[in-house]
Amino acid sequence: MSPSRQPDVLVAGAGVVGAGCAFALAREGLRVCLIDGGFVGGGSTASAMGHLVVMDDSEAELRLTAYSRHLWSELAKEMPADCEAEQRGTLWVAATDAEMAAARTKRDRYQSHGIAAEVVDEQLLMSMEPMLRRGLAGALHVSDDSVLYPPAAARHLADRARALGAELRENCTVERIDGRSVYVRERGGSTAVLSAGAVVNAAGIDAPLLTPGLPIVPRKGQLLITDRYPDFCNHQVVELGYLESAHTLGGPSVAFNVQPRATGQLLVGSSRELVGRDPEVNRELLGTMLQRAIHYMPQLASLVVTRSWTGFRPATPDALPLIGRWEGVDGLWIAAGHEGLGITLAPATAALIVDGILGRASAVDPTPFAPGRAMPNSHVPAAV
Amino acid sequence: MTLVEKAPSSATDVVECDVAVVGGGPAGIAAAARAAESGAGTLLIDQGVHPGGQVWRHRNEADLPHVARRWIERLGRSGARVMTQSAVTDATPDGLLRVVRGRAGMSVRAGTVVIATGARELFIPYPGWTLPGAMGIGGGQAMLKGGLDVRGRRAVVAGSGPLILPVAAAMARSGALLQGVLEQASVGRLASFGTSLLRHPSKLIDGARYRSAFACTAYRTGSWIVRAEGDGRVERVVMTDGKRSWSRECDLLCCSYGLVPNVDLASLLGCVIDDGRVVVDDWQRTSVARILAAGEPTGIGGELAALTEGQIAGLVAAGRNPAGEAALTRGRSSWLRFSGQLATSFALRDELRHLAQADTIVCRCEDVPRSRLDPSWTARQAKLYTRTGMGPCQGAVCGAACHFLFGWPADRVRPPLGAPEVAAVAGSAIATDAGHPSESRA
Amino acid sequence: MTNAEVEIVVDGRRVVVPAGTILAAALANEGVQAFRTSVTGQPRAPICGMGSCFECRVTVDGRPHQRSCLVPCEHGMVVDTASGGGA
Repeated sequence: MSPSRQPDVLVAGAGVVGAGCAFALAREGLRVCLIDGGFVGGGSTASAMGHLVVMDDSEAELRLTAYSRHLWSELAKEMPADCEAEQRGTLWVAATDAEMAAARTKRDRYQSHGIAAEVVDEQLLMSMEPMLRRGLAGALHVSDDSVLYPPAAARHLADRARALGAELRENCTVERIDGRSVYVRERGGSTAVLSAGAVVNAAGIDAPLLTPGLPIVPRKGQLLITDRYPDFCNHQVVELGYLESAHTLGGPSVAFNVQPRATGQLLVGSSRELVGRDPEVNRELLGTMLQRAIHYMPQLASLVVTRSWTGFRPATPDALPLIGRWEGVDGLWIAAGHEGLGITLAPATAALIVDGILGRASAVDPTPFAPGRAMPNSHVPAAV
Repeated sequence: MTLVEKAPSSATDVVECDVAVVGGGPAGIAAAARAAESGAGTLLIDQGVHPGGQVWRHRNEADLPHVARRWIERLGRSGARVMTQSAVTDATPDGLLRVVRGRAGMSVRAGTVVIATGARELFIPYPGWTLPGAMGIGGGQAMLKGGLDVRGRRAVVAGSGPLILPVAAAMARSGALLQGVLEQASVGRLASFGTSLLRHPSKLIDGARYRSAFACTAYRTGSWIVRAEGDGRVERVVMTDGKRSWSRECDLLCCSYGLVPNVDLASLLGCVIDDGRVVVDDWQRTSVARILAAGEPTGIGGELAALTEGQIAGLVAAGRNPAGEAALTRGRSSWLRFSGQLATSFALRDELRHLAQADTIVCRCEDVPRSRLDPSWTARQAKLYTRTGMGPCQGAVCGAACHFLFGWPADRVRPPLGAPEVAAVAGSAIATDAGHPSESRA
Repeated sequence: MTNAEVEIVVDGRRVVVPAGTILAAALANEGVQAFRTSVTGQPRAPICGMGSCFECRVTVDGRPHQRSCLVPCEHGMVVDTASGGGA
């Protein structure tokens, strides 16, 4: 690459986060090169559920997810049908009175941030989702949450970046980031050194390989999809206990989480385990996960399964992503560590990265996501 | 022969055996019979109503050719237990199989597993191939054996491979009016196949017998289907010999292009697969310990090759050394040569890669037209971006088609196989309202 | 109807078929063209006859997505196909 063609920004990793960054940067008129060892959206993005959800584990998470969901709704206006974007809304199901109390607290927090959220009682819940079992306490309905099909959405963002002049290099593995230089190896084996004004490490679970010291570990998840049963389920339905499962780093956990796809298929989750990068489906955990789902939605038991698969969430010790400048290495930015919220948070992450690179203020305070922040280190084993 | 394994009383029950044979075609029957005769506790698991697979599919044993009847009777005497209408939906290399029978799931734990899952047809997309009335050659045969009434139906049998003649003959004998019998391979290629048949005279006699069944129908080599037309069903087909084209009224079109090994189970178990075939050694051992494979999964060779390989696999699975049976080891190398000749003689012509038009569906489950597929992709890219191979068949049809059209190797197989219900995948402790199919013990 | 026959219901019609008939064949004999409707609305019918292609899916006794080529006809079976507006 001749010096005159040197891009302003190199983005390492073309998952939904990297593709989102590439598009946001290109939209600002910057020359962007998006690089991936595989193809756009082929890593964790391909395995993801695609639930665009406001989460409130912390004030920082609530602000960032709410901002990102808004940015997705803007992006969705130009997304083609194959991205399968649908505003399904989330139903956080409360099984007990205690969970119902938690649902009310959650509602108040959402409403105080301008997020539409209503508590529904059992009767209303049953009319909204007749396949849920009887005897549940109720639910929190977050009507503006939505779903999409992640690999197609990532592809769409990369395509829009390319339409604005960004270069896409697939089958090109980033082997090392050294300041503003990136060492790459093409599929055929040839190597090259690319340079740019700034480099964004958006390599997901591989990010620590390129930037040693990033506190990210792969957290394995499993999903299963059924044949088509239109109208079986209308909302993304998640047990409130999901939050407990999502928070407990360590031993394997499962939670009831069902998503109706635009195709009429049902996507059934979810599980979490820390077992390195073994992509094999853990049959026992899959069984436990499905039993949990059947416990909430008994008629799921008789639906025909099409397949199951695994994926890896890039998890951080404090459950917040790593977004911003990597102190100590000039020109290096981090956009990684989104755990299970990579799809939701892609546009907000991209916005913070663009603002940082251009030196302007962001709509959301980026401080809580600073990659060099102090972390609790008790939960997460050393990065692999 | 109704030797049916007693269904476990609950989903948590595990059936134990020394040898589990998956697939009840010639290879599986031979493997199960020889393993059981050698003293191994043997379980044959098959999807069909009776053991026999596709090639020996039958409703009455009396309808079967002699060799099939002999082997099925031998299986019955061998002491092997047989689970019919049962599908292996998952397996792990430790020999644990998940099996769905009726709607209920159960587990089988085997010391050794023999993969005898047979083959599937290669379908090459052409305009109109999605119309009702168009099916495969083997598909037509299976439907006929299943009771399809073809009397008075105007049929065309076309494509490639040794199945064309027997299926055309069966259609004619059952009352179909054959409008054409087409083999895409040139007569020159076929002559070389004929020469190889001289070493396998029983095959040659078969060929002559089939031809006599439809003597007045034009059997054309070097000819193929260009497209099928019709409103909501096949009404006409257009054929060509590369120089001129002609069309015929037709309402039953059997068109496929030979067989491809079914390696789904082997792939799930992590066996090394090369060029679409499970890699095995002289003893039918795959790359994974205690997992053997026999018959079509190791390469298309037909029923006699499958019987030979199945026997070797059965002996090895039971801990015996097959080298003591010279006929088997000789037979194996002979059939390997036959298999190679088969592939050469029926090599597919390049024109077939260009039958599909921009709007021709390639993935039938998800209705993906050819125009949406970028040949520079991999199968996985096509799957993620367009849903090709993502539907219920999981690429069983379009996977081989895309390999032929674009050279894409198959994408990774994901559990479960064979579309079980969620409860069966969930496994233990799930109570379903499914009853067990009626059972008997001979 | 004799012992060698079974009665099934296809799209609301009573149909007597020889015992042992595979459901896919029985449906074709009954004139069913569209076993299922594809995701873009096209009529589809079986092509493989052995459980691989999933084109023969119909609703059997209220359960959608059943492969009719793997199911022998059983007395009293109620089958809905795309031709009858089901499946």
